[in-house]
Amino acid sequence: MPVPLVAVTPERLDLQALVDALPSGEDGAIASFTGIVRDRNVGRRVLYLEYEAYEPLALKALARIIEEAREAWPSTQVGVHHRTGRLEIGEASVIIAAASPHRADAFAACRYTIERVKQIVPIWKREHFEGGDVWLEGATADPDDVDARETALRTACA
Amino acid sequence: MRVTVRLFARLREMAGAGELVRNVEPPATVLTIWRGLVAEFPAMAEYERSMSVAVNADYARMSAPVRDGDEVAFLPPVSGGHDEAGSALSRGSVR
Repeated sequence: MPVPLVAVTPERLDLQALVDALPSGEDGAIASFTGIVRDRNVGRRVLYLEYEAYEPLALKALARIIEEAREAWPSTQVGVHHRTGRLEIGEASVIIAAASPHRADAFAACRYTIERVKQIVPIWKREHFEGGDVWLEGATADPDDVDARETALRTACA
Repeated sequence: MRVTVRLFARLREMAGAGELVRNVEPPATVLTIWRGLVAEFPAMAEYERSMSVAVNADYARMSAPVRDGDEVAFLPPVSGGHDEAGSALSRGSVR
């Protein structure tokens, strides 16, 4: 089965498979990002994380993000996979790969994608730490929030 | 008419289930469904300003109409992806 450009999966993430899935063109550069579960957060010793997704909407939101990235950097191809379920320290929670003729566009599209994932993809993280657990809550998801998109663009191009 | 309600993360825990089926009188909007939920689970009210909503797995507004057989989802602020070290977004509950 071909590897899709967007995925939400309980399976271990495979960056090389995602890179291989990008449509090959005249790319001179591939940039990638891997988010890793850390062993500490705000002074707490983290034991493991649990990610929960509203899968059909999460897939649509991821597809929207890679389309936005293609609009902003027209010759760039982006793929993004997000993991769900229980993740141990050191495991990858999210992987992104961006291919472009130019490295600046590949880096920017990669950064833009992770910023947007944190803004509009319906996935939630529960941190299990020594002494308890907590649902982490970040952004109110609103794909039509122009300010949020501008912030992601500025961060990507900083 | 029958509507399926989907709840996630802390909202799911407050209800004790990720999926509920509710009968509502038409015409109804997402807000109608939400008010019914808050009547059942008053603690959910704290999410009214920070949550997002979806109808049939598309983002929607509280004013969106809801029809028989629709799936209405209530989504706490999202926290997927990856955070920088020390980012303090733990607005959830510590138990």
